Amino acid sequence: MQEKTNKMSLKFISLSENEPFARSCIQAFCLPLNPTISELNDVKTAVSEAVTNCIVHAYPDRAGIVSVEAETAGNRIHIKITDEGNGIEDVTKAVEPFFTTRPEEERSGMGFTVMKAFMDDVKVLSKPGEGTVVEMVKFFSSGNDAEVGERWGNDA
Amino acid sequence: MEIKFKNVSGKLYVYLYGELDEYTSRSIRGLLDNLLDQYPHSKAVVFNLANLSFMDSTGLGFLIGRYKKLKNYGVPAYIESPTYDIEKVLDLSGIYQIMPKI
Repeated sequence: MQEKTNKMSLKFISLSENEPFARSCIQAFCLPLNPTISELNDVKTAVSEAVTNCIVHAYPDRAGIVSVEAETAGNRIHIKITDEGNGIEDVTKAVEPFFTTRPEEERSGMGFTVMKAFMDDVKVLSKPGEGTVVEMVKFFSSGNDAEVGERWGNDA
Repeated sequence: MEIKFKNVSGKLYVYLYGELDEYTSRSIRGLLDNLLDQYPHSKAVVFNLANLSFMDSTGLGFLIGRYKKLKNYGVPAYIESPTYDIEKVLDLSGIYQIMPKI
């Protein structure tokens, strides 16, 4: 039986007031998969981290476009957050806990650490001057009702 | 995002309401710092997070920033009643080593 799939795409300007907007959208998109409240919060927090990076680091002095694309299949969600901003010089260093390029600004340097802890897979692709793509995957424990129905049907 | 506070026997309790992220931390940083400046001789400042419905790592940076400010005054800072989801973010950072949970 084929997995149920869904897709969405969202583009917005890199304004910090769009953070709650991005979180609400991803939350609403996840709901048909019946995630637990905690799983939902994990996804919201990871998306918030990636979008914050776009606003603070990709486009520090100008507004740019932030793109959030998401795809669900079965009980998992794949999220891709893209900017066309400054890019990251050294991705290996950037994902280290507590690393920040802006220590003077009260930055915790924990953004990528939170993404990695809260999602099941995180990939970062970046080119200085061209932008960054963050891809994340999360598996939800519950699965949706239709799937359960299908499994029962197959077993019988 | 909203802040409420009460001063009980020399201890300042700060209650954070709403969502703490890049957007809201920009707007409440000055407000909270003004409040902390008014109580430089507090025995302690307790940040109560029971009504904080969301926080990401920007919130961590925000709390650490307030810790540093209070340290200059010689005032210890504590965290009280974080929700389960916010505790996950706090735990990752080891922030309780400098701002213990009470």
